[in-house]
Amino acid sequence: MDIDYQSKVSSVVNEIKPSAIRRFFDLANEMKGEVLSLSIGEPDFVTPWSIREAGIFSLEDGYTHYSPNQGYIEVRKAITEYLERRFSLKYDPKTQILVTVGGSEALDLIARALINPGDEVIILEPCFVAYRATVTLARGVPVVIETREEDEYKLKPEDLEAAITDKTKYIILGYPGNPTGATMTYDDLSKIRDVLVRHPNVFVVSDELYSELSYTGEHPASIASFPELYDRTIVVNGFSKSFAMTGWRIGYMAGPAPLLAAMNKVHQYCIMCSPSTAQFAVIEACRNGDKEVEEMRDEYNRRRRVVVQGLKDAGLSCFTPTGAFYAFPSIEKSGLSSEKFCERFLMEKKVAIVPGNAFGQCGEGHVRISYAASMENIMEAMKRLKEFMQELKDGSVQ
Amino acid sequence: MLNRIELLQLIEHNARISVSELAVMLNVSEEAVAAELETCKKENVILGYNTMINWEKTEREPVTAMIEVRITPQRNQGFDKIASQFYRYQQVSSCYLMSGGFDLMLIIEDSTLREVAQFVSDKIAPLEGVISTSTHFILKKYKSNGTLFEQKQIDNREAVVL
Repeated sequence: MDIDYQSKVSSVVNEIKPSAIRRFFDLANEMKGEVLSLSIGEPDFVTPWSIREAGIFSLEDGYTHYSPNQGYIEVRKAITEYLERRFSLKYDPKTQILVTVGGSEALDLIARALINPGDEVIILEPCFVAYRATVTLARGVPVVIETREEDEYKLKPEDLEAAITDKTKYIILGYPGNPTGATMTYDDLSKIRDVLVRHPNVFVVSDELYSELSYTGEHPASIASFPELYDRTIVVNGFSKSFAMTGWRIGYMAGPAPLLAAMNKVHQYCIMCSPSTAQFAVIEACRNGDKEVEEMRDEYNRRRRVVVQGLKDAGLSCFTPTGAFYAFPSIEKSGLSSEKFCERFLMEKKVAIVPGNAFGQCGEGHVRISYAASMENIMEAMKRLKEFMQELKDGSVQ
Repeated sequence: MLNRIELLQLIEHNARISVSELAVMLNVSEEAVAAELETCKKENVILGYNTMINWEKTEREPVTAMIEVRITPQRNQGFDKIASQFYRYQQVSSCYLMSGGFDLMLIIEDSTLREVAQFVSDKIAPLEGVISTSTHFILKKYKSNGTLFEQKQIDNREAVVL
């Protein structure tokens, strides 16, 4: 019997296109193990032992049950203490924190709890791939602002002003950013605040998953720290990137209590609660993790410098990334498309990096290099990149 | 600005990073790195460059012994004089003055069981001022100087993560 399965899938899910670079993924997967991977958007570090141990201890102690929907109160307290200590953000642990299954669930909850069909959500491309998908799935309309290399991928206030309409529900800010490594300083954000103050109906979702990984030397800035915006900003954060805890699947959001109560409705029916083991682990992360985060940040920072120098040596132009663990150089001078460039680099030099158009159309002409890899591998990959660029220039490789 | 501590931590972990690589990592000039290394040597901050070797993987099977020594401090000289009589022996690889239940910790590496026994009974125990010794042998090394002796963690991440 022939069943047209595609017709059974909801139109909104069908609307989500398979990634433009599916073919490249398959290729990279096939070659896994024999290539240097600078293509991975998660820390190469294993979760610090004290944090892993706290999770293990909770299991030994028999904490194998559901937690309250919002997360254990001890966890929410630890998170609010952490947010206040690190980012000077004040929240009430009882009503303003929702512990989620990673930052991704938080993005999904926000979309589902806030969007009515047809509402517009402003996203800044190139960006993390879940922004667009969560909005589309919630039947919202993603409105794209293309950020540019010459602006260091910062959001320009005039671009924001132009993108806002009567239908704009919220804007997603992702700084420090994947895939660009861009950050927004306090001054940059204050210009965005000035625009948003004129549009009191527009909410802000600030994805701060990489907030600990900032190399500007400045204290990381959150847009929620502006009193004018505090009441309409939802901060999404988590432990995956800064504490190397991707597999634990735990994150959180902080924001206005009535909105979090709405999110919690969705959360309680879909997820119930985030994993208890992970919750106990993050208490330790929040309270005693600073030193290890700092060590990882310092190591990322050194790698970042090696990558930037390597790109320079290879003759590629790249704005200097100041956060996360990515560089996003332009490969336009190679004359190849992003995907072709990555495919050939993979086949000819055995190094995996990601085509920029995976993160939005305007990422074309760029590639994402993740330096969540060992220094040794990064140095070797940069050496091969230089050779590759030379060979392209010489035309010696077809 | 060159951060001396960061520089030292880097080469303590891996002494073979080149000056030019260090310069890039620390975002300073090669000249600055070279000059700082030279200064550190002059100031006896950098004393040498060792290699971590897992001798158990070779045909040699040396033992490592840790000898706790209780001593009577000497007038005007404290513990330093007697310590110097120990650490001058080439087979003593480390010598520490300790707080707690004993005074000096001597570590002997690259010896045989018999050599250690002989060394303790001939050279350490009879010395004037030595009250007692207690010798421990290391059975297995799991981690030393921050380095694990067992297999390195494998990278079990997915090939591409966006």
